[in-house]
Amino acid sequence: MKKHISPKSSRFIRIIFTYFYLILLSVMIIYPLLITASSAFKKGNLTAFDLNFQADWTLEHFRRLFTETLYGEWYFNTLMIAIVAMIVQVSVVTLAGYTYSRYRFVGRQKSLMFFLVMQMVPTTAALTAFYVMALLLGALDHGWFLTFLYIGGGIPMNTWLMKRYFDTVPLDLDESAKLDGAGHFRIFWQIVLPLVKPMIAVQALWAFMTPFGEYMLARFLLRSPENYTVAIGLQTFINNPLEQKVALFAAGAILIAVPISILFFLLQKYFVSGLTAGGTKG
Amino acid sequence: MEVDENNKKSMKIATFLSIILPGSGQFYNKQPFKGTLFLALFLLFVLEMIQFGYRALIGLVTLGITPGEDHSLFLLIEGSIQVLIIVIFLIFYFINIYDARRVATLAEKGIPINNSVKQILVNVYQNGFPYLLTFPAYVAMIFTILFPVLVTIFTAFTNYDFYHIPPANLVDWVGFDNFFNIFVLSSYRDTFISVLTWTMIWTIAATTLQIVIGMITAVVLNQKFIKGKRIFGVIFLLPWAVPAFITIMSFSNMFNDSIGAINTQVIPFLNHLPFIDIEAISWKTDPFWTKVAIILVQGWLGFPFIYVLVSGILQSIPEDLYEAAKIDGANAFQRFKTITLPSIFAIATPIFVTQYTGNFNNFTMIYLFNEGGPGSVGAGAGSTDILISWIYKLTTGTSPQYSIAATVTLVISIIVIGISLIVFKRTKAFEMED
Repeated sequence: MKKHISPKSSRFIRIIFTYFYLILLSVMIIYPLLITASSAFKKGNLTAFDLNFQADWTLEHFRRLFTETLYGEWYFNTLMIAIVAMIVQVSVVTLAGYTYSRYRFVGRQKSLMFFLVMQMVPTTAALTAFYVMALLLGALDHGWFLTFLYIGGGIPMNTWLMKRYFDTVPLDLDESAKLDGAGHFRIFWQIVLPLVKPMIAVQALWAFMTPFGEYMLARFLLRSPENYTVAIGLQTFINNPLEQKVALFAAGAILIAVPISILFFLLQKYFVSGLTAGGTKG
Repeated sequence: MEVDENNKKSMKIATFLSIILPGSGQFYNKQPFKGTLFLALFLLFVLEMIQFGYRALIGLVTLGITPGEDHSLFLLIEGSIQVLIIVIFLIFYFINIYDARRVATLAEKGIPINNSVKQILVNVYQNGFPYLLTFPAYVAMIFTILFPVLVTIFTAFTNYDFYHIPPANLVDWVGFDNFFNIFVLSSYRDTFISVLTWTMIWTIAATTLQIVIGMITAVVLNQKFIKGKRIFGVIFLLPWAVPAFITIMSFSNMFNDSIGAINTQVIPFLNHLPFIDIEAISWKTDPFWTKVAIILVQGWLGFPFIYVLVSGILQSIPEDLYEAAKIDGANAFQRFKTITLPSIFAIATPIFVTQYTGNFNNFTMIYLFNEGGPGSVGAGAGSTDILISWIYKLTTGTSPQYSIAATVTLVISIIVIGISLIVFKRTKAFEMED
């Protein structure tokens, strides 16, 4: 049957289908985001999101968020955890990744395997162990323990990714710097590090975003509302629609989603090169 | 070679000495600095065993004798720490033997050995640098991964639950009872099998859906004639850019049976279209529809990552390949099958696998959408609970079952690690470039 369709009309059908698919998908993506975001600006107490632009617009919910709820504190808690986790994890991972990429030492292969296996362990599943550890350290309800778990959990995978990215920086650079008399630190700091900045930025973003999005460990370890992170805090607004705090949820969600999405789009182009850097080398 | 005669047996002797007493092999090799180091480590370990380790090991075996006085959890943790210390010491012990052997072998061949203090310090700085740089990573991994894994393994063989909460009660070793409960005893077994079955269906359906949508989108958007590529590109990234917990909670509200936007707005709108007539669907109260909704939402959430990944790969495929295929008379579908797909899978397979294992443990999606509900399949699990959210409920419920939770955790870990190992082996991730 295909043969009866002229190339011109077949091309036309292809264009129609292509745009139909793209537009349908776009609508399916925008609709839920739009109805959530718009709810933040609607007057009155909402129980559910819907698409309705005849409402009265207001910024009241944002004011209530900071005066009537603990949202400000949740945001601060999350920021603190995110910043500490980001700085520590990126430093540790960069050093380890660099080492595995550049040095040949006894036990290198074996310990690299260790990283690979560690990365497969679904750490969050070890809830009972974390509970027992927190109990004994008196760390239940404390952000620092959570921070520590976020840092440690991301290390194996990210070290692995970091190492592969360092691998893409040609060794000749190090060699010639060494000939010029540069030491360990200078080669690392002045020669190689500037070339992996994109990957460091990506790693930093990931480490920063984890505490904003992680729910299970935070919900499990943080017990009192003033210590919550935003993820568990916001959930208290929406898990019972009858409480009519949906607009508060939407307002709180915007204040998280907008800055994170902007960071995300700024760094987005590095994501894939970071992920496939090792693979494409064949 | 007069030195030879002198050093002929030295390799065996050095090895033997360092097995008997760490460090002595190094002294024999005339490396007192290293020897002192290994000897000191050994003495430190012996001292630690006498002071702390001996009791910790006994505590680990008994888990306490007097209720109210002995805290079984403390003993379990101390014992776990001790096991780790022993393992770390054993690693040093073998390094010590290996080193004595290696240096002695070098001496046999007549290669001069470092023994001046200055030379050794320089050597330590040069060779020790990699270990220094990776040290923090190891410390973090030991405490946040290795140690919890060890505690989980131990807990799976105890009866730690709400009947046995220390310090008022003792926790005891129960051997394989928990595994027996999960795999054989009817009450837990039925729940386990039902949850495991749904976990598998969920993992395969949701992940495949997101991979398929992602690949289709990438291929469609990669066509040359499309206008507004950048706008579509930005829109398609939104589900990834917005933190998942926010969108899942929004969807949870939207899928509400009575007030949610899907039933009150989307379905009525679709009914305006010709040939479509759908009734309101019980998204949150009918297990089947909850499952459908969860899979669809995960497809929505997960496809942008695949789309970005595949787009990158598509752009790296050389145009000549397609031209050559065209000349050879291959149609669009054949070109896709023989050029595009293999290129995608060659690079993306390991990443696809991480998507499957990720969804296998996708707690956020399951729990935030409908808290694992509706209904129950026994032992605290709801009809859409996957293994990880069941673990969460076992641990946080009003009558916690810590040991059962730990056992299920072990089962999960074995499945995930097993699959990852097989795939990584297949895709040669282990065969590193050097």
